Amino acid sequence: MEHYNMNLTLKVWRQKNKNDQGRFETLQAKNISSEMSFLEMFDVVNEELINEGKDPIAFDHDCREGICGMCSMHINGRAHGPWDGTTTCQLHMRAFKDGDTITVEPWRAGAFPVVKDLTVDRSAFDRIIEAGGYISVNTGNAQDANCIPVDKTKADLAFAAAACIGCGACVAACKNSSAMLFVSAKVSQLALLPQGHPEKHSRALNMVAQMDKEGFGSCTNTGACEAECPKEISLTNIARLNREFIGAGFSSEK
Amino acid sequence: MLDSKIPKGSLNSKWEDYKGHCKLVNPANKRSLEIIVVGTGLAGASAAASLGELGYKVKAFCFQDSPRRAHSIAAQGGINAAKNYQNDGDSVFRLFYDTVKGGDYRAREANVHRLAEVSGNIIDQCVAQGVPFAREYGGLLSNRSFGGTQVQRTFYAAGQTGQQLLLGAYSALERQVALGNVKMYNRHEMLDIVKIDGKARGIIARNLINGELERHFGHAVLICSGGYGNVFFLSTNAMGSNVTAAWKATKNGAYFANPCFTQIHPTCIPVSGDHQSKLTLMSESLRNDGRIWVPKKQNDTRKASDIPEEERDYYLERRYPAFGNLVPRDVASRAAKERCDAGYGVGTSKQAVYLDFAAAIERYGNIEVGKRQMSNVSKEEIIKLGKEVVAEKYGNLFDMYAKITGENPYETPMRIYPAVHYTMGGLWVDYELGTTVPGLYSLGEANFSDHGANRLGASALMQGLADGYFVIPYTVGNYLADEIRTKAIPTDHPAFVAAEQKVRDTINKFFAIKGTKSVDFYHKKLGKIMWDKCGMARNEKGLKEAIEEIKALRAEFWSNVRVPGEANEFNPELEKAGRVADFLELGELMCLDALNRRESCGGHFREESQTEDGEAKRDDENFSYVAAWEYKGEGQYELHKEPLVFEECKPTQRSYK
Repeated sequence: MEHYNMNLTLKVWRQKNKNDQGRFETLQAKNISSEMSFLEMFDVVNEELINEGKDPIAFDHDCREGICGMCSMHINGRAHGPWDGTTTCQLHMRAFKDGDTITVEPWRAGAFPVVKDLTVDRSAFDRIIEAGGYISVNTGNAQDANCIPVDKTKADLAFAAAACIGCGACVAACKNSSAMLFVSAKVSQLALLPQGHPEKHSRALNMVAQMDKEGFGSCTNTGACEAECPKEISLTNIARLNREFIGAGFSSEK
Repeated sequence: MLDSKIPKGSLNSKWEDYKGHCKLVNPANKRSLEIIVVGTGLAGASAAASLGELGYKVKAFCFQDSPRRAHSIAAQGGINAAKNYQNDGDSVFRLFYDTVKGGDYRAREANVHRLAEVSGNIIDQCVAQGVPFAREYGGLLSNRSFGGTQVQRTFYAAGQTGQQLLLGAYSALERQVALGNVKMYNRHEMLDIVKIDGKARGIIARNLINGELERHFGHAVLICSGGYGNVFFLSTNAMGSNVTAAWKATKNGAYFANPCFTQIHPTCIPVSGDHQSKLTLMSESLRNDGRIWVPKKQNDTRKASDIPEEERDYYLERRYPAFGNLVPRDVASRAAKERCDAGYGVGTSKQAVYLDFAAAIERYGNIEVGKRQMSNVSKEEIIKLGKEVVAEKYGNLFDMYAKITGENPYETPMRIYPAVHYTMGGLWVDYELGTTVPGLYSLGEANFSDHGANRLGASALMQGLADGYFVIPYTVGNYLADEIRTKAIPTDHPAFVAAEQKVRDTINKFFAIKGTKSVDFYHKKLGKIMWDKCGMARNEKGLKEAIEEIKALRAEFWSNVRVPGEANEFNPELEKAGRVADFLELGELMCLDALNRRESCGGHFREESQTEDGEAKRDDENFSYVAAWEYKGEGQYELHKEPLVFEECKPTQRSYK
């Protein structure tokens, strides 16, 4: 693969804290190698800001291998940038060319308030999981792992849903800031497995209720979430959630 | 004198006996006993969840925005368990034996045996939680093989096993949060331990959002903060992975054991330039099917595809016919370094070897042809079918490689090189996972206990969950049973006030320096010293130089680092400064430990101690001990030795030939 260097103009959202109004700041990124990751380009920009005595840009990141779900930049209007099925940390600079202007914003959603610059507060996701994103089994309760065979097709579907990294791109991409893809991925994973059956009704009802309480919007089946999801979580999970939810509504005794 | 508290009796009865005789805490008393858990990866999350289920009042801390982000999530290949579902001769004893041997006889037998005993329970627990492990068509669990073993005992979920296990533990943890048994402190970093009357009684934590320092009391404190591989700057660890919690414990009297035992993983994507911020692992599971080779000719600049079969050197298969490409990590890493140093490396940097799937693709293609009873199949068709099988097994890893390098691994062999991955050393703990400070425990990668001088693949996940789900619930109870009369100590106690002031002073000191270089500048310099002189090969001269260089670098850091921003705000640079300051102390201790251990064992290779054919040479007569270092002031450490006694696994020269 050919390597090249480039100069870029960045328009980055700067916001001191959640009470600050925030604004775009224009910065130059010089001599950026096409082999860098997008976050390494930010490392270079930050190093320069520090050397100039300025405040570096705050952004969330951790594993930098596309699995922890911490990185969260809205790049040129797309959650995690131009590559499909890719987190910001795995986006590489060969996606851009010399002279490009790149606009970088935090996730935009009322339920994800800005902490600083490009960092947002996604604790609402933890609270949705607390509402029912688990199987109630205490340590030591389990029987032998091979006692319950699981249909491979269902196990594979459960795994595909469980691949969700909880990054919030689905919310950021949605015009309604809905968290349906996130919620449906967890509900699907557990509903598809026999271990998850006893609680499937209460789980769907409680997780959706918590999602609403956190201020996420409704789903209008636009599909932007699926298109932007770095783990390519399928929209069919939302259909499954709807079935679970309606089924629970009819049969719940509460 | 170090007391490892290993129960008496035969190796297979120790843990049963311990569980039968340890003290218990009744449910009413558990409600008033508080436990602090620092770090919420596999070890911390599983411990916090299990202790919450038992009824203790648990407070758990993580620096990330959610416990689901901990770096356990990045583990790819799998988790070992002695289930023997494959009927291929596995047993608790074999898992125990493989782990002790794989660790080059530098682990404690009793701990490793317990690990093997509970390994099966872990799989049961995870399946019950809804962890979607890979399954066969009959609906039962699938296994694969990993380095250093000859049985198939590794359970996996594609290349995302760590993610699925962590999300299982995270779900269990969040369930306890919802039930009010655990209080979760996200975006909090522990910056000191509070000791009262010699016992650990709490921590000082910084709220990373607003910078406030908080005091938290606990009857016991569990350090589950992972490993310290980031001392090398470039490693496969997450950017935030750090030694700070464990290091503060060390400075408060907990001994640090075997710090020089670091694991360099053989299959990582090579460094591409100075901008590099981290390295990415390609799962060891790839060695099941991939073949590792370099050209037979030095400085061969041809493309891989232009090098004919007979001009390729499959050096692992050549040197180690019994284990071939599945030799343990330390052996594979050193072999790659040996070839590159000798001038056979590939790629622009020449610091890489090939990991080739061409043979596997063809083999799988032919198997598919057979399965589908096809005839007159063209080569292209076979290759296409083979690629589909490989994609199903390793697709996510191949995609990741393609994104990072811009090359297609289905067409050209991957380039790989060893990188720092895991640290076997850590806080010294006894059989109960207790450090040398009463009430202070350490679990998972943060402790030193189970992997000796080299960890086998798929054993880190096993150890983290064993410690959290199945060991600490018993052992911490044995301690807390004597604490039921201790009322919660108010946090205006002078020990809390003093610890908080110490933390505040350090933070103020960072801002007062107003130097000219960033934290990363110093971190990179430290990393280079460590990699060059305390990396895959070490010698006396290099280590002595490294110690002096680190001392000088530390002095420069404390006089010239620039930390922008303020203390009372979200300030990632300040967080990094604190972590790098600790790495600058730990790095020196690692070199001291490496200098002291004048033998080669596992991941620790002293050039002065090797066999004629370049294999690591242990010195059991003089070094069959755990080196536990006591902090005695900056740059001052006292060595305590815990002798290692092997009753079941008699140490032999490790051979994978």
